[in-house]
Amino acid sequence: MAKITYITHDNTNHTIEVQNGLTVMEGAVQNDIPGIDADCGGGMACATCHVYVNDEWFDKIPVKEDGEEDMLDMAFEPKKNSRLSCQIIVSDELDGLIVNIPSKQS
Amino acid sequence: MNKIDALIIGAGPTGLFTAHQLKLIGLDCEIVDNLDKIGGQCIELYPDKPIYDIPAVPECTGEELTNNLINQIKPFNIKFHLGERVDEVKKEGDKWIVKTNNGKIFSTPNVIIAGGVGSFEPRKFSIKECEKFENKSIFYSIKDKSIFKDKTITIFGGGDSALDWAIELSKNSKVNLVHRRDDFRGAQATVDKVYELSKEGKINLFTKYQMISIKGNGHLESIEIKNDDKEIKNIKTDYALGFFGLIMQLGPIANWGLNIDKKTIEVDTEKFETNQKGIYAVGDICSYPGKLKLILSGFHEGALAARACFKLARPNEKYRFEFTTSSKTIKDRLGIKSD
Repeated sequence: MAKITYITHDNTNHTIEVQNGLTVMEGAVQNDIPGIDADCGGGMACATCHVYVNDEWFDKIPVKEDGEEDMLDMAFEPKKNSRLSCQIIVSDELDGLIVNIPSKQS
Repeated sequence: MNKIDALIIGAGPTGLFTAHQLKLIGLDCEIVDNLDKIGGQCIELYPDKPIYDIPAVPECTGEELTNNLINQIKPFNIKFHLGERVDEVKKEGDKWIVKTNNGKIFSTPNVIIAGGVGSFEPRKFSIKECEKFENKSIFYSIKDKSIFKDKTITIFGGGDSALDWAIELSKNSKVNLVHRRDDFRGAQATVDKVYELSKEGKINLFTKYQMISIKGNGHLESIEIKNDDKEIKNIKTDYALGFFGLIMQLGPIANWGLNIDKKTIEVDTEKFETNQKGIYAVGDICSYPGKLKLILSGFHEGALAARACFKLARPNEKYRFEFTTSSKTIKDRLGIKSD
């Protein structure tokens, strides 16, 4: 279990407990947190579950796999701390993770 | 005007199998898809990724699945309208009049939406003002490259489309190539060529830069780009081209008076009919209690929607259930000689 805080574009904090093994994307979708579309369902094929990872956390989460950076090229307003939330798998180490959801996904 | 028994929107696996089911029961149908090829998400998003949950097919890629479905409907000679988007659906008497963006018109009692998560559209620049210049100075696809001759073109993106066009247009235009990182995801030979042309001064490369603003009056004059170190550059340019891949958007479907929630269309589970009589939704785009977004569910939904279409297309006939293994009529439709 990890407590994850999703900050939506209107600056609202949504802190929820997400089970280990789920992705950060699934945590958001299953808890109806707005702003994550995840059109392709977690296949790293669409860049609509794009989040900005809080700077403190960016280096602590597992690094990007091949292909994620390519997909991020297609995301809406990608930044240095951009990640696809479907590629971040929740574990105890991620307890306290903070991600910002962009103003839109497309 | 094309008069048909059913029109299918979407040429993904669900649309293809729905067509199979319609033809099998003796209805004619045609398929429209906004992509320029058959296969939908399977082809556009994951042609090489293996799928493991197609019944009786232990493993296949999106491309293999698509090819098998195309083979399965080959006997029916179904007409495809690719690269076309359905823009309008209107009721006229007991028929739906369907118009595409290319001006094609269909008259049909049945419209089956097998649209996945919507139609694939190019991703656009995130800066709002870009809309004003779209299709004048800003493009997301190229139809006529001659307009760029002897002009300055600024291309954004790091994939094959961006690189291929940078190389092509550098022959007759001044080309700037802007990408948000210094790694390109195109084919290696293409990437090498871009670096070579950059060395020769034929392509101006701006890596780790993104667009922050544009200026122009009627037509584009300049754009500002900013890099990771917040350094800003002003580039004079006649045109800007964005190649950021495709995104799925519900598009005009949202305006057809259907009950839509979270990009999906509510249907019943008997006919997979929407709140509009004669309009059905099948596959990923439909929702009902217990809905699973699996390809196999799409096949089931399409089979049932096809039977519902029969009632509206042949109001004076009774639908008779038949097996493909035993029905001579079906074998004739499939072009199989029975002995």
